[in-house]
Amino acid sequence: MANFSTNEFKAGLKIMLDGEPCNILENEYVKPGKGQAFNRVKIRKLISGKVLEKTFRSGESVEGADVMDTELAYLYTDGEFYHFMNNETFEQIAADEKAVGENIKWLVENDVCTITLWNGTPITVSPPNFVELEITETDPGLKGDTAGTGGKPATLSTGAVVRVPLFVQTGEVIKVDTRTGEYVSRVQK
Amino acid sequence: MTTPDNWRPTASLQALRERAQLYTAIRQFFAARGVLEVDTPVLSHGTVTDVFIDGFSTNFAYSNSGHNETLYLQTSPEFALKRLLASYQTSIYQLSKVFRHEGFGRLHNPEFTMLEWYRVGLDHHALMDEISDLLKALIGAQQTERMTYQLAFQKYLNLDPLSDSTQRIAEVFNDCHIDLSDEYPIDHDGMLQLLFSYEIEPRIGQQYPCFIYDYPASQSSLAKINRDDPRVADRFELYFKGTELANGFHELQDAAEQRKRFEHDNRLRRTFRFEEKPLDERFLGALEAGIPACAGVAMGIDRILMLKHGYTHIEQVLAFPVNRA
Repeated sequence: MANFSTNEFKAGLKIMLDGEPCNILENEYVKPGKGQAFNRVKIRKLISGKVLEKTFRSGESVEGADVMDTELAYLYTDGEFYHFMNNETFEQIAADEKAVGENIKWLVENDVCTITLWNGTPITVSPPNFVELEITETDPGLKGDTAGTGGKPATLSTGAVVRVPLFVQTGEVIKVDTRTGEYVSRVQK
Repeated sequence: MTTPDNWRPTASLQALRERAQLYTAIRQFFAARGVLEVDTPVLSHGTVTDVFIDGFSTNFAYSNSGHNETLYLQTSPEFALKRLLASYQTSIYQLSKVFRHEGFGRLHNPEFTMLEWYRVGLDHHALMDEISDLLKALIGAQQTERMTYQLAFQKYLNLDPLSDSTQRIAEVFNDCHIDLSDEYPIDHDGMLQLLFSYEIEPRIGQQYPCFIYDYPASQSSLAKINRDDPRVADRFELYFKGTELANGFHELQDAAEQRKRFEHDNRLRRTFRFEEKPLDERFLGALEAGIPACAGVAMGIDRILMLKHGYTHIEQVLAFPVNRA
């Protein structure tokens, strides 16, 4: 992978730091009139998700990170790996549990997810913003409540638990916003 | 940038008018005070030795000497203006382009406009008074503040930059989580400068422009050492809303001392593995002949324009920043 000088730094550039691929979020050039020149950089570590600030001397070079995003459809899990497929080339790729992380609960068969690859290996799996999942268990709820005054917990087919309005029942399919984990609406089957 | 639109200016017509108006106001201010506008070369044989300022250089193949000569674009008109001072002993100013081999950023373009002036018979505090008058005329600042470099560090970092050890400064530096990539070690003044940029600059001069003065003698540059406290130099900088606007001195008149400082700069350049710079003997010659007691200051005019009209990026006040020039 090519090296990048601080002069090439900009938001979105992927670089290596402490052996981990990182995404530059912000870059500011700092140069007091008579002082040294620095680049003050805000960085997100792509594996740990940690956001940190780092200062580089201007002109320093850092190694670039071979990181790319790809859109792949979720197929199935064999218990250890999660298998995804490119719908155009039919090429398949397996992500481990670490890459999927918390998002396990939003994986729906055939949904297209964004997989971030580092040196060809998946490091993060991001589900679509909205997924549709069936409710496998929820309290029957109180009769007459239609406004959703706080709702009740519902367990979905993937194991995810979300709060739903009282009128929503077991066996129904609902739409959920995966970014917030919130119920959006019922889905007509 | 390879967009088909990159022939277009980044400044609006309004911003071009604002620049023209600012130049007029500056010239009126100095005309009223009897300060003479002068025009000195932008391209010169001499350059600065400052460790962290680099001039662009070019090759002059048509010299009367018959040899190829290196010429430098000026990083400030300081040396030429002091040569005029040594000859004519009168207050002067220059409003012109200067060039620094540095990066481009929100507040930085390698070519920028500088207002630099010298007042014969004034010291740096009297010059700060005049700068306050100028800021009132240019950007409507009703008042200015003054704080010593030492007090700023004591107030915001509980650190004494004049007496605390390098180790103590390093502790505060680490406490501030300035996570530096560790290819090179950072020295005493380097840490102070970064602490100032990160921890002090954003907090001073938020309401009114603020002068920071009495810089450590190790950062004296071309300023006199203070008569009463040799730990500090008669140097000041001006800050407003997180932006460095000006740097000024009660000017050093001692040619031998100036030569020592240039040589010290070059020794530091070697430790940083930077190229050494030739000493500007014409400037040193002027100091030897004698410049009058005076104070001088250089001010970044692009940044004044940004602050006056609320622009957030320098390209908004430049017809063509370096990536479109």
